Amino acid sequence: MAEIHMDPDVLSGLQEVMEGEYPKLLDTFLDDSQKRVEALRKARDDAKALGRIAHSFKGSSGNLGAVRLAHLCQRLEAESAEAAADLGALVDQIDHEFALVKPMYESERQRFQI
Amino acid sequence: MSALAPAVEPLTILIAEDSAADLLLLSTIVRRQGHQVLTATNGEEAVELFARERPQLVLMDAIMPVMDGLTAARWIKQLAGEELVPIIFLTSLRESAALAECLDAGGDDFLPKPYNQLILAAKINAMDRLRRLQATMLQQRDQIARHHDHLLHEQRVAKAVFDKVAHSGCINAAPNIRYLQSPYALFNGDLLLAAYTPSGDMHVLLGDFTGHGLPAAVGAMPLAEVFYGMTAKGYGLAQILREMNAKLKRILPVDMFCCATLLCLSTQRRVVEVWNGGMPEGYVHEVASGRRTPLQPRHLPLGVLSAEAFDDRTEVWPMALGDRVFLLSDGVLDTADANDQLFGVERLQQVFAANREPDRLFDDIERALAAFRGEARDDVSLVEIILQPGQPLRATGLLYADSGQTCPLDWSVSFEFRAETLKRYNPLPYLLQLLLEIQGLREQSGALYSVMAELYSNALEHGVLGLDSRLKRDAQGFAEYYRQRNDRLAQLSSGYVRVHVQVVPTEAGGKMTLRLEDSGPGFDVEQVLARPLDIDGLSGRGLSLVRQLSSQVRWSDGGRSVCVEFCWGALA
Repeated sequence: MAEIHMDPDVLSGLQEVMEGEYPKLLDTFLDDSQKRVEALRKARDDAKALGRIAHSFKGSSGNLGAVRLAHLCQRLEAESAEAAADLGALVDQIDHEFALVKPMYESERQRFQI
Repeated sequence: MSALAPAVEPLTILIAEDSAADLLLLSTIVRRQGHQVLTATNGEEAVELFARERPQLVLMDAIMPVMDGLTAARWIKQLAGEELVPIIFLTSLRESAALAECLDAGGDDFLPKPYNQLILAAKINAMDRLRRLQATMLQQRDQIARHHDHLLHEQRVAKAVFDKVAHSGCINAAPNIRYLQSPYALFNGDLLLAAYTPSGDMHVLLGDFTGHGLPAAVGAMPLAEVFYGMTAKGYGLAQILREMNAKLKRILPVDMFCCATLLCLSTQRRVVEVWNGGMPEGYVHEVASGRRTPLQPRHLPLGVLSAEAFDDRTEVWPMALGDRVFLLSDGVLDTADANDQLFGVERLQQVFAANREPDRLFDDIERALAAFRGEARDDVSLVEIILQPGQPLRATGLLYADSGQTCPLDWSVSFEFRAETLKRYNPLPYLLQLLLEIQGLREQSGALYSVMAELYSNALEHGVLGLDSRLKRDAQGFAEYYRQRNDRLAQLSSGYVRVHVQVVPTEAGGKMTLRLEDSGPGFDVEQVLARPLDIDGLSGRGLSLVRQLSSQVRWSDGGRSVCVEFCWGALA
């Protein structure tokens, strides 16, 4: 499960639901995720803030089929509640995973004009 | 049904979600299911939007900036009031404590991420059903409340009408009547009526309708009308009872009737005449001896029997001044204690036996009931009437439209009432109505009626029926006298009472001469008139009363014919 970076079944389902709004959904996800990743970096030492951002990020990445990203966010959310957890490493992993899936979603977006 | 098929009735749905991608996805799904969507990106916006647009359903993210979903849910539920506005929390929360918190805040369901359109549509539909159910329930509750108010209003009106009908007459004005009637008893169908006859006797009716509220009020009105109308015109108990019974029989449904005790209390004659149909035993309390004579129910209630089968026979008991008649409703005897034991007649008798001060009898009974039950019962009727001297003779109180210019002043009329008529007809009310056509006599209607009643009953009882008034010397003979009277009247096959009325004008006003003849053997007038006036005994009162009230009394034809005169002056 954790190996799936971008689930094509989820995306085809979303395309069916969103119809003409599908490219906009991808744009919104990419834009929103970029902000979340930056927010995570800034909040590196604030466990509470990390947990909150991770919760929200987990929701949207799960909805968009970024399965591994959602999984990492869930781990961050869970561990942020534990004292003395090393959250920095997880933030790095999320950063890395987003860097990996971003081009995939961008190329999915490229299939549609505008 | 496809998840994308439009809902039965489109709803306005508020979606509060801070993640832009999720918000876009969810609002697209919901819109495509046929609903109208409002969006908010934090709790505060959500509350504002809700207050402004009143959406029917809310999809809410639990964790949001500015104001979180839980706080927003609490606000929204408060704003929604009684209306059910389902809130579905959008969450990937896994901990049960967090989920429970959502429910505490007023959440009705959850929708996990990632979203599944089928489940979302099903949940929206399920919540919509609940919402409609609640709306229907509220609507019906309000409808029931309105009907209830309406019903209460009708009952208040009925009670007000019943109150007026049941408490007109002299029930509150007469100094010799005490009664206790709990407010609920009145509306429970208990009816208490009292009125004076033209000769100053008092009629009292304590009735108890089956059913209560509106039906009892409906039945009470004709009953009260008959009671007041016929009493004022001088009808006796038998006629009043017949009329009441016939009227109730005609208008009431078969399962409704009226238990009643009707009595006529006569200070002049020192008697009480009683008819009891289905009421608990009342009592005549002889104060001097302490003896209580039960007034037993001997008849079916009013409104049950046809006119042919109805029995109007009454009982007559002697009373001395200060003696009391006591009547009660079944609420007294049926008062139950905690173990469903009834208060009953025996306990009531014990209260009577223990009572030392007649004036405190009501209090004693009330106290006994309260002690027995632990609390006061709310449908109890008690009434006590004391035989008191000096009830003034009254004008009938009937209204006449004429001014006196048209009244007849020079005429005469004769009647002969024969056996079959004497058995069943009381001519006095008719005669009184006739004589009251003369305006000058109206002022004296009470005296006129009393004299007529005495002369007529003398002619009937001593003349036609040949009864000896000396029988009435003691209580036992008294009962015997009335037993014989009923028997002889029932067997009567011949005899008559003739009534002659002659009216002539005089210089000052006018004069009415009333002569009664009977078919009896007559009596020794001089010997009877020579007897001392028997003030406290039970016999001989009639003649002294007649001599007091009319200006001239003359006997002729060996006592078989008696003549009285009433004069009146010029009209003012």
